[in-house]
Amino acid sequence: MQESLSKRCTVASDVVCPFCGTLCDDIEVDVKDNKITDVRHACRIGTAKFFSVLEEGRPTKPLIRKNGVMVETTVDTAVKKAAEILKKSIRPLLYGWSSTSCEAHAHGIAIAEEVGGVIDGTTSVCHGPSVLAIQDVGCPSCTLAEVKNRADLVIYWGCNPMHAHPRHLSRYTIYPRGYFRERGHQDRELIVIDVRKTDTAKIANKFIKVDYGRDYELLGAIRAAVNGNEINAEVVGGVTKEEIQKLAEKLKNCQFGVIFFGMGLTMTSAKHRNIDNAICLTKDLNRHTKFSIMPMRGHYNVTGFGEVLTWQTGYPYAVDFSTGYPRYNPGETSANDVLQRGEADAALIVASDPVAHFPRKSVEYLAKMPLIYIGPHHTPTSLLADVFIPSTFVGIETGGTAYRMDTVPLYAKKVVDGPKGVLSDEEILERIYKEIVRGK
Amino acid sequence: MIEVNLITGRTIEQGASMEISKLSDEYTKATAICELDSEDMTQLGIKDGDNVKVSSVAGSVIVKARNATQGPHKGMAFIPMGPWANSITGTGSDSTGMPPFKGIDVKIEEAKAEKVLSARELIEEVYRGI
Repeated sequence: MQESLSKRCTVASDVVCPFCGTLCDDIEVDVKDNKITDVRHACRIGTAKFFSVLEEGRPTKPLIRKNGVMVETTVDTAVKKAAEILKKSIRPLLYGWSSTSCEAHAHGIAIAEEVGGVIDGTTSVCHGPSVLAIQDVGCPSCTLAEVKNRADLVIYWGCNPMHAHPRHLSRYTIYPRGYFRERGHQDRELIVIDVRKTDTAKIANKFIKVDYGRDYELLGAIRAAVNGNEINAEVVGGVTKEEIQKLAEKLKNCQFGVIFFGMGLTMTSAKHRNIDNAICLTKDLNRHTKFSIMPMRGHYNVTGFGEVLTWQTGYPYAVDFSTGYPRYNPGETSANDVLQRGEADAALIVASDPVAHFPRKSVEYLAKMPLIYIGPHHTPTSLLADVFIPSTFVGIETGGTAYRMDTVPLYAKKVVDGPKGVLSDEEILERIYKEIVRGK
Repeated sequence: MIEVNLITGRTIEQGASMEISKLSDEYTKATAICELDSEDMTQLGIKDGDNVKVSSVAGSVIVKARNATQGPHKGMAFIPMGPWANSITGTGSDSTGMPPFKGIDVKIEEAKAEKVLSARELIEEVYRGI
């Protein structure tokens, strides 16, 4: 940190933004008397996150539901209650993890193993299908620095970074000057393929509108054209044969191309098969030029949870410890399936908000069971919780490791102290774990 | 009443207001909306800011209709991800773990007299009593 005399505040530089998977690491934060007074370089969402630590009425004391009403309690009592719920449960679900540190993940996974639970990350509702496809056909990928320095053709397919990853284009893909792209955006071409003319599509050199749910067919037709085969239809997925052939030539003739893809591929009907085909297109293109592909990971450490879970269990999400060893079968052991089959009988939710972001039927089951929630804010999930332990913000009030969408780990540093008495996710989870194994 | 294909997802307004607080008015304003194509709005006889009822096989929800700014997309509606959208997302995951957050068949009808609930009211009303 540097002292800024003119503003009489401390300036924290090279701060990592804990919002999205772009993990911007050039943020500057002004701090005066342990309060954030200004945030520079962050996007609108990142800025809102840094200032959210100042939220009026932010919870600082743990809460426990008694006779239907949440009442304040001590951290010790809340930790004991949480441990008791998890020990008593036959099939607990431990879910979330994308907005906390890898250090916290390790403790969460230890708890899941100890109580024989199902542990799943928000991956299962974002890029879970991408993981399935990568396990099927591999993934020719690269780092974002390679994109910045080399890419002359960038495709965003089924994603809208202008809204979801607002600085992705300015830091890595289109606007920055790179080692081999000295003129920045003038040396690059942007193609957007989507069902809507999104705000990202509006700034693209070329927008291709694909019919909803027809991405798989369009990918197949582009592959056919890239591989020199005839396309046996005049229009595929709303795109004419001529346009597909022109696109294929453009892809084959770039110097370094990259496909970034999002929920438009993972959530639509063919799900992992869309990604499978997109990866195979990337492989096909590598016969002609250099091409890479990368999922647009959402929350800032959703990638990190996959990394930690993989090095500890062998699997990246949806891991079931009920048999005493890790089992992995998305569709069976993934959070929404476990909930919608009515199997889970307790839940530990950390650093995510499934009550806001899961389908109604899953939330109906969550509402029925003892629910433990660890997070910095009141959220729809905290409203249904039976035990709520407020925690500090990783990357603002607590340091911790996070993985960028290209699996590059960065240390998200602490900028200010958290509220007095509020522990980090890591500390809370470690205490719950110790309480569970106490006396064993 | 019109029948359209609903997709849900992130908007920058939803993202920024979510970080302020999901229990804030800003979040409700940014997220309890349904972006519709102007032709679909004309067919419904509504204008920007009118309340509409969006129904699927999973349930229904009241949100504010908004002119789509990322269109045109006649026959397609967009609701930002959040508790309003997920009041009507369906079940199952086709054995992948991924619920159907996009491509939901919905009916939309004018509901000017009905109220858009806040996130807190919605959670309390739909789930607290369970």
